Amino acid sequence: MGSVKGIRDKVAIIGMGCTKFGERWDASKNDLIFEATKEAVEDAKIEPKDIEAAWGGTWVSGFDGRCLADPLKLQYIPVTRVENACASGSDAFRNACYAVAAGAYDICLAVGFEKLKDSGYSGLPDQQSLPSNRYPDRTAPGMFALMATTYFSVYGLSPEEGKRMIGTVSVKSHHNGTLNPKAHLRREVTIEQVMNAPIVAWPLGLFDCCGVSDGAAAAIVVPADRAKEFRPDPVYVKALQISVCPSEGELRADYDFTQVRATVEAGKAAYTEAGITKPREEISMAELHDCFSITEAVTCEDLEFSPRGKVKADIESGFFNLDGGLPVQPDGGLKSFGHPIGASGLRMLYEVYLQCQGRAAERQIKNPKLGLTHNLGGIPVSNTVSVLIIGL
Amino acid sequence: MAGIASYGAYIPLYRLSRPDIKNAWDSMLPIPGEKAVASYDEDSITMAVAAGRDCLTGIDPQKVDRLYFASTTSPYKEKQAASIVAGALGLSRETMTMDFAGSLRSGTNALRAALDAVEAGSASCVLVACGETRMGAPNGDKEMSFGDGAAALLVSKSDVAVEAVGSYHAFQEFHDMWRSDKDTFVRFWEERFVREAGYLRIVPASVAAGLQKYNMAPGDITKAAIYAPDPRLLGMAGGKMGFDPMAQFQDPLYMTVGNTGSALPLMMLVASLEDAKAGDNLMCVGYGDGCDVFILKVTEGIEKIKDRRGIKRHLESKKMIPNYLKYVQWRGLMETEPPPRPPINHISVPALWRDMDWGLSLHGVRCKSCGTPQYPPQRVCVICQAQDNFEPYDFTRKKAKINTFSHDNLAASIDPPTTIAAVDFEEGGRIIFNMVDRDPDDVKTGMEVEVSFRKVHFFEGIHNYWWKCTPIRC
Repeated sequence: MGSVKGIRDKVAIIGMGCTKFGERWDASKNDLIFEATKEAVEDAKIEPKDIEAAWGGTWVSGFDGRCLADPLKLQYIPVTRVENACASGSDAFRNACYAVAAGAYDICLAVGFEKLKDSGYSGLPDQQSLPSNRYPDRTAPGMFALMATTYFSVYGLSPEEGKRMIGTVSVKSHHNGTLNPKAHLRREVTIEQVMNAPIVAWPLGLFDCCGVSDGAAAAIVVPADRAKEFRPDPVYVKALQISVCPSEGELRADYDFTQVRATVEAGKAAYTEAGITKPREEISMAELHDCFSITEAVTCEDLEFSPRGKVKADIESGFFNLDGGLPVQPDGGLKSFGHPIGASGLRMLYEVYLQCQGRAAERQIKNPKLGLTHNLGGIPVSNTVSVLIIGL
Repeated sequence: MAGIASYGAYIPLYRLSRPDIKNAWDSMLPIPGEKAVASYDEDSITMAVAAGRDCLTGIDPQKVDRLYFASTTSPYKEKQAASIVAGALGLSRETMTMDFAGSLRSGTNALRAALDAVEAGSASCVLVACGETRMGAPNGDKEMSFGDGAAALLVSKSDVAVEAVGSYHAFQEFHDMWRSDKDTFVRFWEERFVREAGYLRIVPASVAAGLQKYNMAPGDITKAAIYAPDPRLLGMAGGKMGFDPMAQFQDPLYMTVGNTGSALPLMMLVASLEDAKAGDNLMCVGYGDGCDVFILKVTEGIEKIKDRRGIKRHLESKKMIPNYLKYVQWRGLMETEPPPRPPINHISVPALWRDMDWGLSLHGVRCKSCGTPQYPPQRVCVICQAQDNFEPYDFTRKKAKINTFSHDNLAASIDPPTTIAAVDFEEGGRIIFNMVDRDPDDVKTGMEVEVSFRKVHFFEGIHNYWWKCTPIRC
């Protein structure tokens, strides 16, 4: 990772919106974009015409700037579509923040959205194949299951112990989701249910996997020094970092599947940008990319919340629970929201934003100062990772 | 004198019990034993590649200057199959490739043509690779008796292990079995005519003429590998020919593999070579619209051919298909519910062409700066970032182990779960493969695996091949 200058405290969020996530048979992608943006604009107490530039993050649900200009009828302003796999929404936000920090614009919009449930297929569409199709058949659960197999083997966990560890992650997130009216799945699950669920990709069972859903989320950002003109409680941008892996794990036999280096690198850079030296103590909450339960567990180590190889103790002690030392997925995570690819990053920011403003209702944690969001796009061997930190 | 310098064979791992077929159809056919069944991702091309790799064990593929692919079941009616086999075997781009197709004598025809080419000096080293996956119609005796398999022979003037003494050939236009360009299954005339006017007349006459041509008597033959649709017919013909069937006839693999069509005489020859000693006289007979009779003499060179899986080791290594329906599904004989996954992408022909070197042969590169093998070929080294500083590197015979794996029930597959494995090569490099011919319960991290050339997709008429990994077969 190169040097980190960053834009800490130069940009603030003054409005956010998030649709209900789920099987939104009722809503087109344009409806979702409209719903999320309408809430954000109203929250910011601005008019749509005040927006000076916009970025739309989506994986497969739209192309070019018209993806936002059309549904929102934005009037001849610059709009750009951003695609960076599961970090698409976070990267759209990053672009909007950089435009504000550069002084190019004062009021910018970032929207993340994805409409996956129109396809009729299970899982995600296959975007990975080479044009020659000379490629192993692989899916997201299959590839992330590789992490679980190795993690269990490297740290000497029996399949039963390993599945219990990651299962506990899912039990926690499902519980948080029950407290969130915008979540897709809102029910408690027991560790027995999780461990005995049908296998999707051994060793990952059904409840180790996040769902496939539709959704959108949006943010309005302005220069930090103007933020209080719009609201008394803006939330400030502390760090915006992205790290992209050059697909090393596909080729390098020394990649061992128990960590994701892009997360480590993006995390380190984000901590530097935000001036954080002890993430476990300083970060109030985190929304991590729990596409699979094993991913959340490994990410907690990659981001230095837990020492390497020791996340099991923190998971089992409840350290990441809503009332724990560092709540992870207070909103229920991808586990409860499902994962409309482009929407997830901004959905995570939405929760941190609400928590920092004390608006998270039943999920409210005590005195949050800094919240971290993390997206892991791709697969363990080849990925693009964002780590964003916002706070007071 | 031209002769055989090496041999190899392939029998698919899976076997279907004939009583299981009988039970599925509640049939009266009393055929015992089992048949070898190509897996859903195998065909005559992939099996010919496997036999070819067995034959080239310890031999530099670059020595081969001609590749003859023989089969009645090429996956293409129009388009050469030999070029795919040659690509997968990593043969020189200047290899002449040829298909011998359509005839049950394709295998023995190709052997004769190979001997002729080497004798004439127009080729120095010809690999004959023959694979077969014929189908009999469901609920018929051919469905029971046909099996899948492959054989390969390397023909040259140097390192000869088996001299070709000579051959005798005769044709007989005869509709005993046929398959038109519109047929999926083999058609045939009624059994008595096929036997009396066909096999029992043509084979003994040709064998006798062949022996006479070289002043030999049946007693001079140590082992005769004679194509036989079933062992009873071979026994009946044996009596007419003056052979002692028990002592002199090579087992026609009927009980264990089934009738592998044009590959059968070559597979039987490979089986007899596995037991042959210097000085033995062998016979190999192909049959179909006539007869090809070869007389061969084993030399001391036979001792040098080692570590072949051949017939014996492939026969011993097997796994029973759990039921007849699985076979029906693998062969696409019944329309079944498609998996709830998006259809595979359109296959780009320019991309196939561009990928030819690495996509077919599993040849990657090794960085000349840091020495790391990489697949597929890169322009920038994954370790040291050196640019365009690579040499070719063949992964196919390198030792490899599973780093990690999963069994994926979401991925679309004819035979779920889809096992995916990150495979690390002992001398460096990693490739992520699908794993087949495995029992999911037996897959472990650290397990040794090998690579196998397989069909990965069939889409818009294109058979698309790549590599998978399997447990060490045998």
